[in-house]
Amino acid sequence: MSSVEPLLFLLGLPLAGALVLGLAGHRRFAPELNVAFSTGTFGAAAALTADVIASGPRFALQREFFIDPLNVFLVALTAFVALTTAIFSRPYMRVEQAHGKMTPRRLRLYHSMYQLFSFTMLLALTTNNMGFLWVATEAATLATVLLVSVYRTAASLEAAWKYFILCGVGIAQALFGTVLLYMAAERAGAGPEVALHWTELETIKASLDPRIMGLAFAFLFVGYGTKVGLVPVHNWLPDAHAEGPTPVSAVLSGLLLNVALYAVLRCKVLTDGALGTALAGQLMMFFGLLSVLVAAFFLSRQRDVKRMFAYSSIEHMGLITFAFGVGGAVATFAGLLHMTVHSLVKSAIFFAVGHAAQQAGTQTMSEIRGLIRSSPTVGWGLMIGSLAILGMPPFGVFASEFLILVTAMREQPWATPFLLVGLGVAFASVFQRVQPMVFGDSSFKPLPHQPALVPVFVHLGIALVLGLYVPPYLESWYREAARMVAG
Amino acid sequence: MSGLALQFINLLAALLLLLAFAMLAQRRILSLIHLYTMQGVVLVAATAAMGYVSHQPHLYVSAGLTLALKVFLIPWLLHRVIDRLNVRWDIETLINIPTTLIVGIVLVIFAFNLAQPISELSASVARGTLGIALACVLLSLMMMITRSKAVPQVIGFLALENGLFFAATAATYGMPMVVELGIALDVLVGILILGVFLFQIRQQFDSLDIRHLEKLKDE
Repeated sequence: MSSVEPLLFLLGLPLAGALVLGLAGHRRFAPELNVAFSTGTFGAAAALTADVIASGPRFALQREFFIDPLNVFLVALTAFVALTTAIFSRPYMRVEQAHGKMTPRRLRLYHSMYQLFSFTMLLALTTNNMGFLWVATEAATLATVLLVSVYRTAASLEAAWKYFILCGVGIAQALFGTVLLYMAAERAGAGPEVALHWTELETIKASLDPRIMGLAFAFLFVGYGTKVGLVPVHNWLPDAHAEGPTPVSAVLSGLLLNVALYAVLRCKVLTDGALGTALAGQLMMFFGLLSVLVAAFFLSRQRDVKRMFAYSSIEHMGLITFAFGVGGAVATFAGLLHMTVHSLVKSAIFFAVGHAAQQAGTQTMSEIRGLIRSSPTVGWGLMIGSLAILGMPPFGVFASEFLILVTAMREQPWATPFLLVGLGVAFASVFQRVQPMVFGDSSFKPLPHQPALVPVFVHLGIALVLGLYVPPYLESWYREAARMVAG
Repeated sequence: MSGLALQFINLLAALLLLLAFAMLAQRRILSLIHLYTMQGVVLVAATAAMGYVSHQPHLYVSAGLTLALKVFLIPWLLHRVIDRLNVRWDIETLINIPTTLIVGIVLVIFAFNLAQPISELSASVARGTLGIALACVLLSLMMMITRSKAVPQVIGFLALENGLFFAATAATYGMPMVVELGIALDVLVGILILGVFLFQIRQQFDSLDIRHLEKLKDE
């Protein structure tokens, strides 16, 4: 039917960007080039989104790619956050270079891998093939692992090693799950060429063998769950967030975790169809809730600001996993909304934190003081972002958390006290830490390059709008996606 | 005829398990690499035999790919890495070897129990081997946990991938070709990055003992 050009640009631009920046990533104009490629990708994503809204789901390239309301919303979000992070990283990396932390070689690696990471994220989202979904998620780890260790400090090497080994072993479990999925599909009569296509699996999901699918989901959930950062396989996440450059922390929290959760969601739809029981949902609820609680209590013990917000990411991913586990149209809708606002707000917080840490020359929270004096925009960005992520109205996080809580009270009343305790503890610990960082006296020197704070306020602005009013087309889009997932 | 080939595949599966145990017990890095290469050879033979039994030509391609990657390229890279880093000496294990082996036996029994219901369902000729594949995965995982040096951990990771590859061939007739190519690419890039890492770790700590990498903790 309609053209595949937007999709080709969507995947082709970041891949070309990775090649070009692999050659020219150390030049003076490289950060601008990085922004330019990301802008092009975002343009393609916007065109694709408009196309899908206008004429419905579609296949591309012999059914290898599939765009439906569920993944197109994540494609748009991913391309948008990748663009704003590229804008943020322009002055950030110049400051790092001025501070002597980034050499031209490291900058080239950084820019090239940044684009490659965007490519793998978009490939994972748009592919129709569960095998490729695995390949792309693993490639995303490979692209980011050298970025985590880019400063070559002892701590960053340790973080990267942990990230690689834990995610590698985790994702290996997902590969075994994918093999079992393929086996189940072949037994249900799917041809070998299409047996891993999600659309094909979706149509035959009722005839997939429940015994194989139960085991397959267990492996897939452990595998992709490692990447989501669910407790107890979350150990890599705080380290990787704290030790890598801040733009990398922002895209890890804002994009990678979402894409891994998207993979879990796709697998859940198939498993629910095959098993006819709530096994997948129960697993997701249990580990989601566990993540909320454990992360909330770890939050209060952190000293490093990026570590603290990394634990906050674990908490929110747990909450979204819980919402998807509850299932049903309302909870799934709330989960999707929460995915969007968390991604926007958390990356905005990392932008602000990045500049704050550069000014202070440290990430230790007790040594960062009085941001509002030294640079009001960074201070306000951090304060407003923290309030938004803690679920204060009128931001979007409040709306989605409220929806999740209300649904939990109605459908899984036993879980409500745990959720309330988790959210309460998180609120107390984060607010208590952020407040003195923002207010108070300060003796910081201004940065050598003007920080780019427009992305922070754009993200927070969108989160605010989503909290007050979800535009009708966006709402119907979420509803459509929620209907697909909830079945 | 195919009965004989089936016997052959089962024999290879048993060999794979034996090699996984040998790796668990091995102290020398050089011998570990040799064992890994042998696992590669067994995988190539098993994949080709599966291709012969099931008349699936793409399994021959897959066997060729495995031969190039797991018998030649990766062992060669590993040899170069240990030459350059000069780390041929004995490996310290965190748990002593006899205990490791006993735990390994328990893991194998667990894996067979887990695979039992699925093996009965599998349409593939080599369905009895799924349990072995799963056991290899678990044994490699165990090896990664019990080793305190970086290089044996990497080899454990690669052996784990071997187990998964065997599972894919044993349970089904291999994954679709494009997917298999993608996986092979990921493994290759992964090993290259790990190689870079080993040098970085060595430069930073003057040692490849990953117990240096246990500083990051939550207070």
